[in-house]
Amino acid sequence: MSNSALSPAGTSTGSEAGFATRLLGGAAKRLVIAVPYFWLLLFFLVPFIIVFKISLSQTAIAMPPYAPVFDLSEGVSGLVDRLGELSFDNYLWLVEDALYFNAYVSSLVIAAISTILTLLVGYPIAYGMARAPATLRPVLLMLVILPFWTSFLIRVYAWIGILKPEGLLNQFLLAVGIIDQPLIIMNTHTAIFIGIVYSYLPFMVLPLYSALEKMDYSLIEAAQDLGCPPMSAFWKITFPLSLPGVVAGCLLVFIPAVGEFVIPDLLGGSQTLMIGKTLWNEFFANRDWPVSSAVAVILLLLLVVPIVLFQNAQARAQEQGR
Amino acid sequence: MQSLGSIRRDFAPWNDPAAKPYIVFDQVTKRFGDFTAVNNLSLSIYEREFFALLGASGCGKSTLLRMLAGFEEPTSGRILLDGQDLRGIPPYRRPVNMMFQSYALFPHMTVEANIAFGLKQEGMEASRIAERVAEMLKLVKLEQFAKRKPHQLSGGQRQRVALARSVAKRPKVLLLDEPLGALDKKLREETQFELMDLQQKLGLTFVVVTHDQEEAMTMADRIAILDKGEVMQVATPAEVYEAPGSRFVANFVGNVNMFEGTVTARDATGATINSESGIAIRTENAGDAQSGAKVAYAVRPEKIKVSSRPPMDTSTNAAEGEIYDIAYLGDMTVYYVKLGNGLMVKAATLNSARLTDDPLTWNDRAWISFRPDSGVVLTR
Repeated sequence: MSNSALSPAGTSTGSEAGFATRLLGGAAKRLVIAVPYFWLLLFFLVPFIIVFKISLSQTAIAMPPYAPVFDLSEGVSGLVDRLGELSFDNYLWLVEDALYFNAYVSSLVIAAISTILTLLVGYPIAYGMARAPATLRPVLLMLVILPFWTSFLIRVYAWIGILKPEGLLNQFLLAVGIIDQPLIIMNTHTAIFIGIVYSYLPFMVLPLYSALEKMDYSLIEAAQDLGCPPMSAFWKITFPLSLPGVVAGCLLVFIPAVGEFVIPDLLGGSQTLMIGKTLWNEFFANRDWPVSSAVAVILLLLLVVPIVLFQNAQARAQEQGR
Repeated sequence: MQSLGSIRRDFAPWNDPAAKPYIVFDQVTKRFGDFTAVNNLSLSIYEREFFALLGASGCGKSTLLRMLAGFEEPTSGRILLDGQDLRGIPPYRRPVNMMFQSYALFPHMTVEANIAFGLKQEGMEASRIAERVAEMLKLVKLEQFAKRKPHQLSGGQRQRVALARSVAKRPKVLLLDEPLGALDKKLREETQFELMDLQQKLGLTFVVVTHDQEEAMTMADRIAILDKGEVMQVATPAEVYEAPGSRFVANFVGNVNMFEGTVTARDATGATINSESGIAIRTENAGDAQSGAKVAYAVRPEKIKVSSRPPMDTSTNAAEGEIYDIAYLGDMTVYYVKLGNGLMVKAATLNSARLTDDPLTWNDRAWISFRPDSGVVLTR
């Protein structure tokens, strides 16, 4: 079906046959677009509406643990009554208790710092890959993707073994004689940063690599030819031209890092305040589904801004690539 | 033979023993791994010269240019610019600028910013930069495109931006790597003259790399013909065409008929050659060919006369054959005449009249003939 929509005949003008193909192409195009729309509707919008509805409900000692529960058997009037029971109390609660505000801010700060650190680590890697001999690049690309073949959870656990006071890192540093007291890294923000940078590095490297790889090296030569030393040429030519990759990479790291739960839980210890952990606690420890739903909705709203920015950046990059 | 000088009548510093060359390649060799791109090459280029490096791809011409720009260092040998050894000087400190084959315009900058880029690196003050940029835009007739980005320009406009950017700094030498390669034929012809004009106006030394002989012939004061990293000949376009130094050069530039043979007599006025094709050749341009030498006699197609009637003297410089093929090109007609022993001779006739009273057609018997000064003897 998509064949007729994608073939050049579908967009060409002229004969009646062309017109027919175009009509068909139009219908086929709409159909092609309808599939992802339907998918998003079913698997994103509907669950979101359910979560949103729960966030407007009250906790109850029942199954499910909130009220009201819509029951179609009560008829239209019953449904309207139940709607009246919904309120924004949970959102007020989020504002009143400083815990949530602090958790949001702390999440954003940790995610932002982690993103910058990932960029600092990822850019040289991506640059090195893009400048490597063409025959070596697929191997390097493979090495970046390879960790994904192991469970994320196991890889984060592995970091505990490395970072704990009697762990590999401390043993090594003690043996070499750089330190004489084990470093306390576990259960600190540093451990979270290490975990996030490690886990999300591929998301930073891949878009950066694709932006740097397609850059014409003669631009750098041209800059040097015009009197620009290599370092300055990097900042004036390479970096600005890789900006779409930088933006894409940063958002791909920042967005999931804000809601990250596993890394702060395993590496950050009980002290760390992050919204993903708060949400988990509300949901499983407190069994307060409505409040945790409200936390999730606010988190989503916080992330919509960077997501929209990301999509704009993507659209612009595609425009320029043309 | 009278003169085979340059197009610019008074400009021939290479003939002046007192003139000092501006750029000197002194026994330069460049190897990439076990591939030798440039092999022990020496070459002198003079100030204000429009110099062309002509050769097929892989002949080392681009490597020469890149060594001059500083992107590659010679494996051995020296490159001198105005007496100064360039070894170790990075590209950003060399007083040469390059116009890249791909133009290499900065896609994230406007036309203006592209042209200003080199001037800013120099630390020129803003008001003077603006002045110079305006001047450059005017020079390449792109005033109304100053605020555009490169991707909003046509190929020809991009080429002119690249040119403006590379001359904005007033370099001592401008290097052009296939400057017209990406343009279509008509635009290329126009641009050739614009480039020559610009070179005259700015008084710069131009070194242009090209694989297009017509381009090199049109623009250059002198052409260096390269093959496998070595210089085959350095000469003015007219010399390269009318007095090629070797079989390679004669074949490489333009069309040629080659009569292989042996010099049977040599005297002050010329030589007599007994060609393998059976034609007895008498020539006035024998060069240093000695009696008994195996040589080639090269005659350009347009210097061979083709006619249905035999020439006055059929004993030398003439042969009878059959018209094998005819290529009518509008301005000229090329006859492929097959001689008795199978040798194919190309003869081009300028169609100066619309109608001819001696029409030749396929399979006609025809005579080819040329004058004693039509060709040259090649010993190499």
